[in-house]
Amino acid sequence: MTTNQLMFVLFAAMIVVFSILTVTSHKILRAAVYLLFVLVSTAGLYFMLNYQFLAAVQLTLYAGGIVVLIIFSILLTSHINQKFEPVGWKKSLFSALAVITGAFLSIITILDYKFSATTEAAKEVDMRLIGKSLLSVGNDGYVLPFEVISVLLLAAMVAAIVIAKKGAPKKSESQTLNQ
Amino acid sequence: MNAGIPLQYFLILATIMFFVGVYGFLTRRNLITILMSVELILNSVNINFLAFNRYLFPHKLEGFFFSLFVIAVAASEAAVAIAIIINIYRRFTTINVEDVNMMKF
Repeated sequence: MTTNQLMFVLFAAMIVVFSILTVTSHKILRAAVYLLFVLVSTAGLYFMLNYQFLAAVQLTLYAGGIVVLIIFSILLTSHINQKFEPVGWKKSLFSALAVITGAFLSIITILDYKFSATTEAAKEVDMRLIGKSLLSVGNDGYVLPFEVISVLLLAAMVAAIVIAKKGAPKKSESQTLNQ
Repeated sequence: MNAGIPLQYFLILATIMFFVGVYGFLTRRNLITILMSVELILNSVNINFLAFNRYLFPHKLEGFFFSLFVIAVAASEAAVAIAIIINIYRRFTTINVEDVNMMKF
């Protein structure tokens, strides 16, 4: 077993174990920390696939941003020692049955299919190439999705502020209090 | 870097992660844990895109940019979802999906 395979087995085991713990843990804060472990090991897999930029994005945006957001909202909405009541056996049994059937069928299909790789030379994905592709309109250009995603991010920011801010009645109450 | 690891290993790993996320989505009742299951599902799809891009089309960048955009969409989705969750908590003082069964007061 080479070092590569050893690292892959390590990351894969971490991902499988911690994702199962994420969906079965009875303490919500622990579930969030297990999710953090899953995301960090996924970044390790991206490093193994030689996509360093995407691994860095994964670490900063997912592990750094989204997990912190989730932990903040957990602290805002539930007590820190709160435990979930266990899931009913009927629900968990049928969900597990459906999930295992689906996973079984998918894995059989994957093992059955013959993937054919190209013989063309691999491209080195460096920052210069990423920047040029994101802003060019030609054959390898991705300027349209880039612009769409910028509009989406702006819309999400405005929507998050509008939804989460306090409603109008509270404001008039505070104004009457000030008067 | 990925010598000695067949493409199928990555795909099987992503499949397991995806279906674990689906299991969490079906059994959880707290809104934030449902959101965490969705993050698991999106993450497994990203692994698939990158593995396909590296193994089958190494001279192109489609999978790379698609997963980059998936990450951006996941971030904005999490922000909006958490804003909605906090708003629900403010109105009902719970985020259990079975207790929130009223669309508007």
